[in-house]
Amino acid sequence: MNSIEHAVDQHAPYNSQGFFSKVTRWIFTTNHKDIGTLYLWLSLIMFFVGGAMALLIRAELFQPGARIISPEIFNQMTTFHGLIMVFGVIMPAMVGLANWQIPMMIGAPDMALPRLNNWSFWILPFAFALLVSTLFMSGPAPNFGWTFYAPLSTTYGPKSTDFMIFSIHLLGLSSILGAINIIATIFNLRAPGMTFMKMPIFVWSWLITAFLLLAVMPVLAGVVTMMLADRHFGTSFFNAAGGGDPILFQHVFWFFGHPEVYILIMPAFGVMSEVIPTFSRKKIFGYKFMIYAISVIAFLSLLVWAHHMFTSGIPLVSELFFMYATMLIAVPTGVKIFNWVATIYKGSVTFETPMLFAIAFLFLFTLGGFSGLMLSIVPADYQYQDTYFVVAHFHYVLIPGSVYAIMAAIYYWLPKWTGHRYNERLGQWHFWLTVISTNLTFFPMHFLGLAGMPRRIPDYALQFADFNMIATIGAFIFGFSQLLFLINIVRTVRGKGPHVSNQVWEGAHGLEWTLPSPPPYHTFSSPPTIDECK
Amino acid sequence: MIHEKGSYYLPSPSYWPIFGSCALFCIMFGAAHWLHGVNWGPPLFFVGLALLFFVMYGWFHHVIQESLAGLYNKQVDHSYRWGMAWFIFSEVMFFGAFFGALFYSRISAVAELAGDSTSLFGASALTHYLIWPGFMPHWPLLHNPDPSLFPAPKQVMEAWGIPALNTLILLSSGGTITWAHWGMIKNKRSHVLIGLLLTVLLGITFLCFQAHEYITAYEDYNLRLTSGIYGTTFFMLTGFHGLHVTIGTIMLIVILFRAYLNHFNSEHHFAFEAVSWYWHFVDVVWLFLFVFVYWL
Amino acid sequence: MVKRIPILFLSLITAPIYAEMKVNMPLGVTPLSHDIYWLHMTIFWICVGIGVIVFGALIYSLIKFRKSKGRIAEDFHEHTLIEIIWAVIPFLILIGMAIPATKVLIRMDNTEDADLTVKITGYQWRWKYEYLDQGISYFSNLATPANQLNNKAPKNKWYLLEVDHPLVVPTHKKIRILVTSNDVIHSWWVTELGIKRDAIPGYIHETWARIEKPGIYRGQCAELCGVNHGFMPIVVEAVSPMQFAEWVKQQTQGKVTFNTDVKLTLSKKELMGRGETAYDTYCAICHKPEGTGMPPAFPALKGDKILTGKPGDEIAIVLNGKAGTAMQAFKNQLSNEDLAAIITYIRNAWGNDDKNKQGPHAGELVQPEDIALAR
Ligand code: HEA
Ligand code: HEA
Ligand code: HEC
Ligand code: CUA
Ligand SMILES: [Cu+2]
Repeated sequence: MNSIEHAVDQHAPYNSQGFFSKVTRWIFTTNHKDIGTLYLWLSLIMFFVGGAMALLIRAELFQPGARIISPEIFNQMTTFHGLIMVFGVIMPAMVGLANWQIPMMIGAPDMALPRLNNWSFWILPFAFALLVSTLFMSGPAPNFGWTFYAPLSTTYGPKSTDFMIFSIHLLGLSSILGAINIIATIFNLRAPGMTFMKMPIFVWSWLITAFLLLAVMPVLAGVVTMMLADRHFGTSFFNAAGGGDPILFQHVFWFFGHPEVYILIMPAFGVMSEVIPTFSRKKIFGYKFMIYAISVIAFLSLLVWAHHMFTSGIPLVSELFFMYATMLIAVPTGVKIFNWVATIYKGSVTFETPMLFAIAFLFLFTLGGFSGLMLSIVPADYQYQDTYFVVAHFHYVLIPGSVYAIMAAIYYWLPKWTGHRYNERLGQWHFWLTVISTNLTFFPMHFLGLAGMPRRIPDYALQFADFNMIATIGAFIFGFSQLLFLINIVRTVRGKGPHVSNQVWEGAHGLEWTLPSPPPYHTFSSPPTIDECK
Repeated sequence: MIHEKGSYYLPSPSYWPIFGSCALFCIMFGAAHWLHGVNWGPPLFFVGLALLFFVMYGWFHHVIQESLAGLYNKQVDHSYRWGMAWFIFSEVMFFGAFFGALFYSRISAVAELAGDSTSLFGASALTHYLIWPGFMPHWPLLHNPDPSLFPAPKQVMEAWGIPALNTLILLSSGGTITWAHWGMIKNKRSHVLIGLLLTVLLGITFLCFQAHEYITAYEDYNLRLTSGIYGTTFFMLTGFHGLHVTIGTIMLIVILFRAYLNHFNSEHHFAFEAVSWYWHFVDVVWLFLFVFVYWL
Repeated sequence: MVKRIPILFLSLITAPIYAEMKVNMPLGVTPLSHDIYWLHMTIFWICVGIGVIVFGALIYSLIKFRKSKGRIAEDFHEHTLIEIIWAVIPFLILIGMAIPATKVLIRMDNTEDADLTVKITGYQWRWKYEYLDQGISYFSNLATPANQLNNKAPKNKWYLLEVDHPLVVPTHKKIRILVTSNDVIHSWWVTELGIKRDAIPGYIHETWARIEKPGIYRGQCAELCGVNHGFMPIVVEAVSPMQFAEWVKQQTQGKVTFNTDVKLTLSKKELMGRGETAYDTYCAICHKPEGTGMPPAFPALKGDKILTGKPGDEIAIVLNGKAGTAMQAFKNQLSNEDLAAIITYIRNAWGNDDKNKQGPHAGELVQPEDIALAR
């Protein structure tokens, strides 16, 4: 298959006979659908791994004085939970969706650089192996939070930090290659007639996300490289004794870190902009403005990083600048929310599982956005910073934001991908359990934070006991409800549900719905013509 | 069907990427153990590196074969172009992080440590009076806040010696590669070969000068990675740049060979262009280095 | 099932009520904390207002335009004016929020004209307080006994929020607070003072407070600083200026100078008794009360080779610390007597004095004089 002649026609997956060829199909694949599937499975597995860690954290916090895990292990668990959820769950899931959907939505046969696409994915398992291997080493695993502030992670970091550093290098490489691929695909492989202003918003949101990735992942690579140099080569980036500054670490990290959280949410915005119109049976309201809004959010996100550092003693002028810039983000985000509401307004709404998740997104993400806005007010952030109020904020934007969007997307497109309907009843159960338990888990955290409970502590004063107990119970309900999701997916993939037609959903528009369900292995071997698909 | 007008090219499944990932894993796993003094670390690292080179060779070889077989249409060409362009953009951001560190240290950190109240951001002067009373601000740093941990260099790098020469060298190498590109467009093989050869030689000269400069810095000036933030930023920035020059030179050598083997014509020479973009990028980074690291 | 959940929780909540449930930020006792509280509430209510409007519109649309009610979607999907309106209105609201926020922030930034300056240094995992003008300086450690941490005794009211030496400050005076760190980043946070300042090693950042009400205010370290980040509380005791003057006098009179060359020999019993207390306060947080440490980061002292050999090495380590590790220098934290007692204690406790197993030097005593010599 290495030779040119074969390259011409071998397009269908191998007639997977025998174990070896079944395995190599997935390892060598250059097909966007296969790679999308791989990403999504990886993400789902990591979700359970990272979630199990969260459950350990919550178990330890069930009561004051619980000693289920030692404080040392507790810190490792927060670190891994944060890193895995961000890099191992949300990002791969979003890239997986991009892989499946972008080519189908723009009328392309595949991604622009299919071999690179394979590489982007297959770097990941190795990177996570590197990261997770530290849990099994003799010394402590990384234990300084997903933000790995220097000097706790440099001078005082455990040996295993180096493995984390290299793992992050690999994760960064994977994301950069993935982003390049997405940009090349969108710029170059649109079917004739698919102009930029006809592209589905999901594709738009991914295009902009890809730019952000390219802008900030190299900076993350830079900051871990500085750490490595400080740890082993005697440099003094983050050491005042040599003229450096620990705050420099935070600046560089958050220059990456803040856009990173928007990288996690913008594809989610894209998903919402597909799901909401479909189930409202009405075109998205303010298409153009939706696109402007994402662009503005992306641009602003590069200018607000120091809002994570308000208490670190940065000078007054920068505090003011970063406060204003951060607050501004509420404007384009608001525009998006309003447009979604306007899309529903005077529509003809039905409540299938994807739509339920989308509606929950609208409510709860906005709630998380409000707490974000409160955090951006510097004087008030002096009280909120590094408390459970922040934990509540980011779980509200990450879970009802990114995670719900991913769930909505899976329910929405899974019938297209597999040709089978998921089980609606199970979906509804999953939804209700998820929303209720999300609020049970994370709403009390606002109170905890305001009353003074710091984050990242394994034990706490007695006055925080009640809300922590509620949160823990909620977390366990949340965690186990996700098994319903898993069951539903497995059933559908294995062909349990009823067959669906091309047009899975009554109100759906877009090229992907013109294809058979499941779509052929290679979607558009010659470009479709776009007449009125948007 | 591939040659049909308007259709797409799709490569077949490939085993190169997975080998590439294995190589990266070996490199990283080996390097981490190496840092911790585990004796199988270095061998693993080098095995990984060798595997990576092999993968790059094989992967590029494969791509070149496909290209020579005429499998690539304009669209594929464009995909590669976008790919390379955005890759270079990500490199720019990588350097951006280190330049950011340099600016931050100079403008903010050092001023604050020195109690320089005229500093742009009006830092607390107490850091200086209570913690580092002996520290005097002067960039490049000939004193460090704590000289026992970070002994300062005896001397700093002068801009107008070797660095200025190196600037000239890189700028002219930018010229020679453009000249080679003209040759390419006009289909003049010898013109291309000479242009590329000159560029390679200039690149190597640059590297030799830089090596010389590093040796002087270490031996004579006592300027090292451990010399505080000045040495840190100096070596990290010039070092990463030097690494990029090295990679660029290797790529140029490959292109030189390919040009020699007649792989390109006036229409089809994306690989050549990609390398020349890369080279120009390295060139521009150097200009920034020259201004901000050596000169100002 | 779903309906029963709230009831389930009610019963849980009522079970152990240790303290009243707090759901909001405390008002606090300084001008800054008042400002912050006021800002917090304003912005909170603005958000509630916006939320009511947005969610109201959303709920209305969801109820009104259901397909099951036979609604047919209308076809409109663009309106530039309305887009501009709903971008401009939030923008104006934001300006309304930014103005008071800016004012408060500028006020917070002004540390001038202070009556008293306190320098606070974070250590893994204790705080050091220095009164720069009065020349007083001491450490403040977690005071919750180990048996409460290990669930061997019932937890008292201020579990994890109690220290041995609180920061004592006068009321109605402007206190300038300088925050820095000795090792990693910590954050000095007392909610009721409205202060959270990160302690950055090598740098000093300032803030200030003027406490209006005498009382005891508690806080915690608010930046992850290693394993015992959760065990690094802060207690501030605000007393009237007169009481404060009195306190200062006491402190400066009974001031311990660590370097005095005390020619004093203590008995083993005295050393061991004093040593155990001091060990539990200063060392047990890392090396554990049972001397088992938390290897490999924190070595066990039980059976440690250094402690069972000839006295000397361990004295140097405890006095000077080990650079780049959490093992800090105790030279300037403890008196000769205390150090002698601690070292004698760790040489004798946990079976370290077993000469048969540990060799001839095991269990030898260390006297204040030895420490004085080693200083
Ligand atoms: C998906 C990820 C995501 C998203 C979308 C956001 C969105 C926002 N975040 Fe959040 N944030 C995180 C993830 C995210 N955040 C994470 C992970 C952290 C913690 C990192 C760590 O320390 O570990 C964090 C921390 C964090 C902090 C630092 C807190 C601290 O440590 O002290 C701040 C401070 O400004 C902040 C602000 C904001 C703001 C202003 C928004 C805005 O984008 C929100 C905008 C949305 C709305 C405001 C709602 C909708 C708008 C309207 C209905 C219009 C009308 C509204 C008004 C006029 C108010 N976030
Ligand atoms: C997208 C990102 C994301 C997601 C989805 C989550 C999901 C969850 N997170 Fe969070 N979290 C972060 C991102 C995320 N988190 C980040 C970035 C931090 C900061 C880290 C840091 O401080 O550095 C953080 C920190 C954080 C903390 C604070 C820790 C601390 O400060 O000490 C807590 C505490 O309650 C918490 C809880 C939870 C819970 C209960 C869930 C639940 O949603 C999880 C749901 C659970 C499951 C899906 C598991 C299902 C598994 C099973 C049912 C199988 C069970 C099997 C076995 C147990 C063997 N998370
Ligand atoms: C903040 C944590 C911390 C505290 C508090 C602490 N130590 Fe340590 N100690 C360490 C660490 C970490 C090491 C290991 C240093 C190294 O890597 O060699 C250490 C090492 C030691 C050693 C040397 C052990 C050996 O075999 O190398 C002795 C003795 C010791 N400590 C005694 C004490 C005494 C006595 C106290 C209290 C007065 C104390 N320590 C308080 C963290 C601490
Ligand atoms: Cu000190 Cu956390
Ligand atoms: Cu942010």
